[in-house]
Amino acid sequence: MMTTSVLRIWTAIAGVAALAIAGEVLIAAAMRTLGDLDHLRTGPGLRGYLGPIRAVLSSPHFLIGAACMALNFFAMLWALSIVDLSLAAPAIASLTYIGNAIAAKLVLGENVDRRRWLAILFVCIGVVLISK
Amino acid sequence: MKHALKPSQYAILITIMLTASVGDTLLSRGMAQVGQVDFQHLGLLWHALFNPYVISGIVLLICFFASYMTALSWADLTFVMPATAFGYVIVALLSRFWLHEHLSNYRWAGIVLIVCAVGFVAGGPSRTEDPPSHHELDIMDSGAGR
Repeated sequence: MMTTSVLRIWTAIAGVAALAIAGEVLIAAAMRTLGDLDHLRTGPGLRGYLGPIRAVLSSPHFLIGAACMALNFFAMLWALSIVDLSLAAPAIASLTYIGNAIAAKLVLGENVDRRRWLAILFVCIGVVLISK
Repeated sequence: MKHALKPSQYAILITIMLTASVGDTLLSRGMAQVGQVDFQHLGLLWHALFNPYVISGIVLLICFFASYMTALSWADLTFVMPATAFGYVIVALLSRFWLHEHLSNYRWAGIVLIVCAVGFVAGGPSRTEDPPSHHELDIMDSGAGR
């Protein structure tokens, strides 16, 4: 652990966070395009869920996003082999929250107002404190 | 300000918080029983699939993913994110009152901050439109659109 350079540690953390952001934003974009899943219900009961499931699985944005999430999972396992969990977990979570907010504003066109920026800042500090 | 979540939508948000935190806890407890998995012992992963904690953890995380995507179909990513962060609070409170672990002042401060964050966001609209459409809203507000 001591021989791992600072650059390598933060590259790993940034890489894992970037995959998580890509995955979440792609999935959010897919769901935003599909709209409220309740409207896609094909009927009452359990079979009615076939409509939403089919719609989600045939969305290319969703598929690429899910692939990013899967990659993120394995990248996380790899990152934990070179970075301590006590640093990696809060660092990756905080970076992902901030990155998601920026990407949501730029890519998804969400209106991230002062209230939401403040909330994201609070969540980041909170996550760091809670994992101490 | 349109802020009218249906009771079923609140239920989805609460499901997200509970399934994510409890699922992770069950999974980590199960994997602690299974033992350390590395590239020489990948067979252990197969073994892990028969651990009851791991199975229930996976089921809960599948529920989490389904409800997370449902929430994203009617709410902004920046609205759902603080809700998922609330899972950290639940894990911390579970470890305090269920496992009777000691919570340091830092962790209590973290809990307070995340609770505040959820409060901020919950007070606003769940779905915001693309920035260009704001112009139209301004026109409507000024009365020109009527």
